[in-house]
Amino acid sequence: MENADTASYVDFYHAEGKHKGILSWLLTTDHKRIGLMYMCSMMTFMLIGMTLGVLMKIEMLTPGKTIVSAQTYNAMFTLHGLIMIFLFIIPGLPAIFGNFMLPLQIGARDVAFPRLNLLSWYFYMTGGIFAILSLFLRGGPIDTGWTFYIPYSIRTGTDVILPLLAAFILGFSSIITGINFVTTIHRMRAPGMGFFKMPLFVWSLYATAWIQIIATPIIGITIILVIIERLFQMGIFDPALGGDPLLFQHLFWIYSHPAVYIMILPAMGAVSEIIPTFAKRTIFGYKAIAYSSLAIAFIGYFVWAHHMFTSGISETSRFIFSLLTFLVAIPSGVKVFNWVATLYKGSITPGVPLLFVMLFVFLFSIGGLTGLVLGSLATNAHLHDTYFVVAHFHYVMFGGTVMIFFGALHYWFPKMFGKMYNEKIAKWTIPVIFVGFNMLYFTMFILGYEGMPRRYWDYLPKYQTLHVISTVGSWILVTGIIIMLVNLINGLRKGPKAPMNPWGGKTLEWTVPSPPPVYNFEEIPVITHGPYYYGGEEEK
Amino acid sequence: MEKAKNDIHKTGYGTYVLIWLILVGLTIATVTASGFNLGDFTLIIALLIAAIKSGFVINIFMHIKFEDKIFKVFLGLAFMTLLAVFVLTSFDVFFR
Ligand code: HEM
Ligand SMILES: [Cu+2]
Repeated sequence: MENADTASYVDFYHAEGKHKGILSWLLTTDHKRIGLMYMCSMMTFMLIGMTLGVLMKIEMLTPGKTIVSAQTYNAMFTLHGLIMIFLFIIPGLPAIFGNFMLPLQIGARDVAFPRLNLLSWYFYMTGGIFAILSLFLRGGPIDTGWTFYIPYSIRTGTDVILPLLAAFILGFSSIITGINFVTTIHRMRAPGMGFFKMPLFVWSLYATAWIQIIATPIIGITIILVIIERLFQMGIFDPALGGDPLLFQHLFWIYSHPAVYIMILPAMGAVSEIIPTFAKRTIFGYKAIAYSSLAIAFIGYFVWAHHMFTSGISETSRFIFSLLTFLVAIPSGVKVFNWVATLYKGSITPGVPLLFVMLFVFLFSIGGLTGLVLGSLATNAHLHDTYFVVAHFHYVMFGGTVMIFFGALHYWFPKMFGKMYNEKIAKWTIPVIFVGFNMLYFTMFILGYEGMPRRYWDYLPKYQTLHVISTVGSWILVTGIIIMLVNLINGLRKGPKAPMNPWGGKTLEWTVPSPPPVYNFEEIPVITHGPYYYGGEEEK
Repeated sequence: MEKAKNDIHKTGYGTYVLIWLILVGLTIATVTASGFNLGDFTLIIALLIAAIKSGFVINIFMHIKFEDKIFKVFLGLAFMTLLAVFVLTSFDVFFR
């Protein structure tokens, strides 16, 4: 195997291409460069979103006005939600780490449709720019919440159509990525790599890609219908014109519930990569984990109306959807148990990525279990639209996906940039993030349980103590995240050179130099073992 | 590959025009049917006509009829998902 330290190769940053300078990025078809472009743009949006979050928490320090007006607050939570969902966490792991790692992990030179891949980034940017532009148009920033519920979204004076178009275009970007990944996984695996020899991150990208392809068109059509309704008053959704507002909620959640699995599945895939590497042991229950990804993707289509229990849907459907919701817990549980079983009796190195995984398992379990509380009909009636929900989804999305986003960043950083960061500092950010996160969001469970409604600018004095604790928590959390990011940037600028395989990983991306050459593999490898082979008997 | 090559010649312009005319006819049928009050059947008939139309589009215009089996499996899967979504929605619509 070639050595990373030999200067006999040119990495993809320095390779001669058709274009130079900025154009070598903007016109590239290299999956690695596209992944990095996604990373830069997405991290920018993430920081804007977090700034909005912190400002909202500062507003909640006191009842009544603290820093912004009620209308501004409405616009802020809407924008925060839109950015975090559509511009950060839905494209999230697939667009960055999927693009960069998928071809490397299956032993390919690029994705199946490299130009389409670049196009998806342009769609993504167009959507992002539309969303930002809409802030400065006639009506002012949109204030409907990220869910665009009817009838408010056709009545409000703020500008709704441009943000809707932004979401529509972002949907196309998502679909293109999905089609690209499915084709790549079917057609471009290295010789010998059957489906059950693929890394589990690839499996999770595969399941995710199918959700992107099948579910995303539904939000596209729904968005067009809302725009038509707003422009021409057709009476599709508006009850005053004979429409059905619940139809909108159905259509919206038929996409948006599967979308939460677009967010979490790739994160679970990354966990299944990190754990064997740091336990020096093959993954326990490979097939169970692979199939549970498909099962989650599949069941995920049939639970959407658990967002609508209090909206006036029929008793029959409430019963059915509550039952189906509980079923999702099974494949999720399968994953968690298999991860724990992999760690059991492993030879564990507590590297930074593994610590993020620990953080994930803890926070995601709280998020998942409180999901079951919300999935039961009786408790849902009490907790719907309270801060309990806000706490729940931050635990799953932030505590789940975003923590693994950070973990994956620390795991693949040496491969992507060929540099190392300071591991000691990185380790110290984790307790800071842990404390800040739980102060910020655990208080919200209690607030919600005590009746504090979500999306409110004002509140009764009795809620203040908890709000103050929560706000201070947000400062601690953000401090941790900033230290983490600065540490990574320092590593990028003046970190030591990273070896080819700093963690002792077994998947194919660790067999090429860091950073990889343009076409990844000098020779396409032939696969004879499962992806996490540390010697001994293999699972059949 | 051989098979695909031969199949390319199967559909001529005549077929495409014919299918297009059928689609126009079915659209007229949908519009006409919406003029009658058929109670609960209104929805079912509209969906039925739409399903027939999409069958033509998918098979002929999108060429799925002449493609490999794997594409049909994938399409079938998407179709079953859609069907399940319709059934689940109907538990709300018809029992509200
Ligand atoms: C510094 C980090 C963050 C802080 C301080 C924060 C804070 C908040 C606050 C205060 C709300 C509004 C609560 C209300 O009035 O109802 C909110 C809503 C929301 N947050 Fe965050 N958040 C953060 C990060 C995130 C992340 C990482 C995500 C997703 C990946 C996210 C997704 C959402 C969504 C979807 C909403 C709902 C918006 C709506 O109601 O329309 N947040 N957040
Ligand atoms: Cu849901």
